Parts: sequence; structure tokens; C-alpha cells
Amino acid sequence: MANNFNLEFEKPIVELEKKIEELSMLALDGLDIAADVSALEGRVEQMRADIFSGLSRWQTAQVARHINRPFTLDYINHMFTDFTELHGDRNFGDDHAIVGGLARFNDQPVMVIGHQKGRDTKEKVYRNFGMPNPEGYRKALRLMQMAEQFKLPVITFVDTPGAYPGIGAEERGQAEAIARNLREMASLRTPIIVCITGEGGSGGALAIAVGDRILMLEHSVYAVISPEGCAAILWSDGTKGEQAAEALKPTAQDIIKLGVIDEIVKEPIGGAHRDHEATARNMKEAIARNLAELSKLSEEELVEGRYNKFRAMTRCLE
Amino acid sequence: MSWFNKEKAGIEKSVAKKSRVPEGMWTKCPGCSETLLATEIDANLNVCPKCGHHYRIAARRRLEALLDGATWQEFDAGITSVDFLEFKDAKSYQERINAAVAKGGSKDAVICVQGAIEGVNVQVSIFDFSFMGGSMGSVVGEKITRSIERALHLRQPAIIISASGGARMQESILSLMQMAKTSAALAKLKEAGLPFISILTDPTTGGVTASFAMLGDLNIAEPKALIGFAGPRVIEQTIRQKLPEGFQRAEYLLDHGMVDIIIPRTEMRAKLASILKMLHSPAI
Ligand SMILES: [Zn+2]
Repeated sequence: MANNFNLEFEKPIVELEKKIEELSMLALDGLDIAADVSALEGRVEQMRADIFSGLSRWQTAQVARHINRPFTLDYINHMFTDFTELHGDRNFGDDHAIVGGLARFNDQPVMVIGHQKGRDTKEKVYRNFGMPNPEGYRKALRLMQMAEQFKLPVITFVDTPGAYPGIGAEERGQAEAIARNLREMASLRTPIIVCITGEGGSGGALAIAVGDRILMLEHSVYAVISPEGCAAILWSDGTKGEQAAEALKPTAQDIIKLGVIDEIVKEPIGGAHRDHEATARNMKEAIARNLAELSKLSEEELVEGRYNKFRAMTRCLE
Repeated sequence: MSWFNKEKAGIEKSVAKKSRVPEGMWTKCPGCSETLLATEIDANLNVCPKCGHHYRIAARRRLEALLDGATWQEFDAGITSVDFLEFKDAKSYQERINAAVAKGGSKDAVICVQGAIEGVNVQVSIFDFSFMGGSMGSVVGEKITRSIERALHLRQPAIIISASGGARMQESILSLMQMAKTSAALAKLKEAGLPFISILTDPTTGGVTASFAMLGDLNIAEPKALIGFAGPRVIEQTIRQKLPEGFQRAEYLLDHGMVDIIIPRTEMRAKLASILKMLHSPAI
């Protein structure tokens, strides 16, 4: 995994890996160092497990937006077959920050929708850094309503810094597009499974995240605002993200206690970015299990259950 | 990330300076520069009688002006917020709640009442911007949801009068979820064929705009009200260019098809009554 995107706290791991590499070179000269190498490899694994089991909230936020973290199209690639991407909101355009389409999940036809980020500069720009405009949300809604019409379950992948704050977005009704999705998803008469896979950035995330089951990857985050945005308001200093992350408590481990998500999906040791296939496997297992449970419910039970689920999300004093 | 923005504190401060009716006998209107008697403006629902400039108005005063006299009943007035995340910046959230409650007005940022407008019974939720900038946390979401559920149960129209900087950061993910919860309740109201009227007043931004405030069967705005998703400063920082004149003002939203109509405060009650009577025949 030699790459340019190692996070600060991954450095000890990378250094040890370098050492192993150097040692292995010596083996080429005929030296018998197999035992040493395997001992060191054991240490690397241990170190990785230790570091990733004790990530701070700020570190988790870094992992959640790691450039090599799997994105929606990666999950589609690993978990679905026969994907046919469908484009456009039938109104203004096609938003590349949200992808969606028909696919088979364990042979069952489904509608899959998710935010899409890019890895290299060109693709990042093409995907608008995963920040949708109103067209993206309207495309998503169109596809969800199509799913309802043909009785297909909806599976969404959530990974966005937030909805795009631009002039055009405001002019074309960013707020209205998000709001409409919230209302329509609440009453959609087909199962909806939501997977929070990276950054769950406020309203821009929620607009495709109202569902019957909310699954969240172990090192992803979900909050009303990004740590940097929060820091800019509260400390008038966008660099105080670390403090803000602690205050916002945006990790899966924080959020499950509030009843906002149903299940934490394990990532491979060292984070999802180290092994897309293993991550997708874990996610696929969780989706399949939840989908099987939901498919036993009538449309009325689904919608009523979804209402009660969000209805219960309250902490106040009476 | 984007919509709960840097701008919030700024909006509160600047508007507080500009748009509240100043104390003292005489005041210069920022709209027309006329020198006017403060009592004259007050008597006109905080609207300048010369040029129509809308100053902000206290939530309860607005209710008095909107509803039939002495017939309204407040619900859930005692619910208060809790600092369940132990959220702390310069002050803890609990301290901020206590300070806001100690002002002696509302116990949180929304007031929910059952009243009547020219005899039509309605459920009204109105934001109190003086309570933490009208931000929406669990209490606001819960009270609004109950208000919509009462409307559903009693087969009455629901009205929400918004004035809010958006979701309340100190409740993090749960404040975000109030957007989904309230919108889900509106889905039920719609299915039941009952009217929902959203009135957007200055300012309505962020998570409040991106949920119930944009979901009215009618979206009604007050003149010049700031209405948007992202705050102007966040947008400027993102796109690195100046925003067009009048951007995110009520008239701009009307031009772009996001609100049905702009109604001056002084005409709101009569116009609402007329609309409600056309949309809704009360169950007898
Ligand atoms: Zn004036």
C-alpha cells in the first residue's frame, strides 16, 4: 500500500513497513532473515490494529475522507451485478456528484443511489468533490420513485462533505430539493437501506439518508456540520477542527448511542481504504441480512415503521 | 457542512442593529430615512408606515396580530433542551440554554399554539428568533412535529412561521434528524389532504429552509426576508465572487419560483384567512 495519501497517524506503520521491505531486499542476497521478517510483519499488524482501534474523533474524520476510501461506484463494482447507470433529473441536468441506477443485488433487482467523489484532480472536479446541486437530489428522487413504481428496494450510499453552496444551487432550489426528498423518502412504499460510508455531511447527506435501516461503516462520520465548519463558527478558527470533532461526536460509536443508526459495519483492520473488497463484503452481508428482514413487512408496516423510527429521535426534558 | 454557516452569528448581530424598532421617541427608518415616531411603527406591526420597511417583530406580538383575539392555547410550553452531548466551546450548551431561558421569554426557539384565523381553527408554530437565533434542536423538532400531528388528528390546517439560522449545532446529529422528522410528519398531513402553509420571515436559512419551510402547499414570504440554504458568506468563500444584488431575498426567491407570494405583515392575517377558507372546509 505504498501511496502518497498516508495519514499522519499511519506514519509509524509506514516506517515499519519500509524496514520490512529493506530487510526483504537482504534476502535477495542470500541471507536467511525469514524469521525476522515474519516477526516484523506481526508487529505491523499489531500496530495497525492498535492504532485503528483507538482513533480519536478527529482521526476518524480523516479516515472517513481518505482519498482511497471506497466510493459508491467501488461498492457497486464489488457488490452488485448488471449495473445500468441512469442519468438526469428530467428537469435541468445530470449531476455527477450523485450516481444511481438499476442493478442486481444477490440477483434481486434493486435501485442503487449514492454520492460520488473523485480521486484525481480531474475526476474530483467532474464529481464536484461529491457536493451535489439540486439536480442530484432530484435525480435521486426520480430514481427512488421509479423504484417504488416497480417495487424495487432502494439502497443508498452516503458520502459527501455537504450540498454545494453556490449561486446556481440556491437559484434552482437547493433547500427545496433536499426538503422534498426528506418528505418523499419518509413515505416511499418500498424498503430503503442507507449505508453511511464516508462523510455524512449534514443536509446534503440526509437528503438521501431517510430509510428503514441506517448502516454505518466503522470509521465514517455523520454530523450536522463538518468539524472545520463548526470550528469556524464557534472558535472563529477553521483550523480548530480537532476540538470541534470532539464536541460534535460524529463517529459511528457516538451516534449508535443516540438511536440514529441501526448497525455499525466493521472495516478491515487499517480502514476501508486498505481493502475495498473486504469492506464491500462486510457491507454486503449487512445489507443482505437487513433486506431479508424488511422484505417480510407490508408497505404499510414499512412506512409506519420508518415514521416511528425518525419520530423517536428526540432528546429533551419535559 | 455548508448550510450551518459562519454567517449565522453575523446575521444575528447585523440584523439586531438594523431591524428592531429602536427604543426612544424618534427613530430614523433604514428603508426611507424618514424620522418617525417609534410608537407609530409599533402600532403598524413594526412596519414603516412610509416605505413598508419590515423591522423584526416578537413572536408573541405576531401571534396576537394574526389570530382571533383571546382564543388561542399554547402547547408544550414547558419542554426544554438538554445538553446530552455535553457540548462545550467557550460556554457549555447547558449554560447557553440556561442563559436563553433566563431572558424570561420562551423556553426554546418555537412556540406552538392552537388558535383561529377569522374563525378557521389552525395549528400554528412560530419561531422565537431571540432564543439562540431560532435554531432547531430536539425541542423545536419535537414541538413542531406534535403541532403537525395535532393538525392531522383534529383535521385542521398547519401553519409554520419560520425565523431561524438553521439546525442547532450543539445537538449535532439529532438536530439534523429533526429535519427528517418534521418532514415525515408533513408527508402524513399531505396524504390526509390538509393544508400546510409555510411563512418565511427574516431570516430563514439552513436546515429549517431545507426541511418544512420549503414544503408548504403555499410558501409565503415577508418582503425582503433573507431566505436561503447556505449563508451568503459561505457561498462567497466557495465561489470567490460577489453575490448578485438582492441575492436570497424574498423577491429573488419569488423570481426563481421558490415562493408563491410575498405578503406584507400588515396584510398577512386577512390574506391568510382568505386562502385558508378556499383550501379548507372545517370538519363539523
Ligand atoms: Zn421607512
